[in-house]
Amino acid sequence: MSVLRDAAGIYKESIGILTVALGGGVFAGAVLGGEGMLEGFENYPGLLLLVPAFLATRGNVYGALGARISSGLHQGLIEPRFERDWRLVNAVTASFINGIFISVFIGFLAWGLMQILVWIGMRDHSAALIELIGITFIAGVLTSVVLIFGLLVLIFAGYRYGLDPDNLVGPIVTTLGDIFGVLFLFFAVITVDVVL
Amino acid sequence: MKEMPFGSLNTWTVRSIVGTMIPILIILSILEMGSGLVLEHLEETYLGNPTLLVLVPVMIDMGGNLGAILSSRLSTRLHLGTLNFSLRDDVVQTNVVAIFALAATIFVIMGFAAWGIGELVIGGELSLGTLMTISVVSGMLLAVVAVVLSLTATFASYRLGLDPDDTTIPIVTNVCDILGVIILSVVAIAVL
Repeated sequence: MSVLRDAAGIYKESIGILTVALGGGVFAGAVLGGEGMLEGFENYPGLLLLVPAFLATRGNVYGALGARISSGLHQGLIEPRFERDWRLVNAVTASFINGIFISVFIGFLAWGLMQILVWIGMRDHSAALIELIGITFIAGVLTSVVLIFGLLVLIFAGYRYGLDPDNLVGPIVTTLGDIFGVLFLFFAVITVDVVL
Repeated sequence: MKEMPFGSLNTWTVRSIVGTMIPILIILSILEMGSGLVLEHLEETYLGNPTLLVLVPVMIDMGGNLGAILSSRLSTRLHLGTLNFSLRDDVVQTNVVAIFALAATIFVIMGFAAWGIGELVIGGELSLGTLMTISVVSGMLLAVVAVVLSLTATFASYRLGLDPDDTTIPIVTNVCDILGVIILSVVAIAVL
């Protein structure tokens, strides 16, 4: 039964990192439910609304980057190290553009949705546009830097150790995205508190 | 810096990657706002059983994780030209068996983890049996959804001539994000 034997191979390669991702998810839940973030949700109506979309950008932008790098390694198009290779530079540049653009867009979207909720009387008031966009922009930039370079370091290291990067991408993105996404969102809320 | 080839369509240019992804990202962000509304509504519903809230972020993540492992592997096999779109195909069977085994393991651990956090931090209003049932049943349903979506999305992007790296994973992870919350709430309401 080569199917079962091969499946056991994929299982062994993925189970450890999925367990780590599980820990990341539990950590994210603890921070989101923590006192500081709850205060942020109260001070900036619309912030809770954008949390799933903001956290999901990791899967959108950085998951696609990871899959692209993984396919590139398999095809021999890129090497598992940081170099001024045009494919690598282009993929990283495009991920920064995608990640930061969509963060700002999500802040705008949450603000627009809150205006509708206020207008139909389901909410009393909304946070200001500049506050929501400020939070998602700051959190988006910081998350992009950590996720893009963290993802590349871990994929390259894993590939050189003989692990199939296909099994690493999703869980790495989710774990880093959960931990740093929530921490930088919290940091962005504090920054906007002080600056605006 | 190595020379960039000219002429033929190249999927490694900034313009190509951004141009392919931005429209998808915009549509998916709008769908995620639906997930945000559901979550906000559920938080009020779940206040009576706060331990259920511990399951929510992990439940959202794992559907996307399992879907991403599967679609990423299918996508690479597609690029290499070693994939046949058939349930009898060995590559497809192997990956699907592995995904279900991984899901079973993770959601059993999650049942224990939610119970432990509930007992230690929240007040333990739900029993281990109840949390384990909710975690495993909703988790395995989510695994079925992730497998069906991964296969469908990879096949669709192949037929439409889109690079699956830019299409499959965003679709699968985002639909799993939204469905994870809905599946969890339906199972929780049925069990409680």
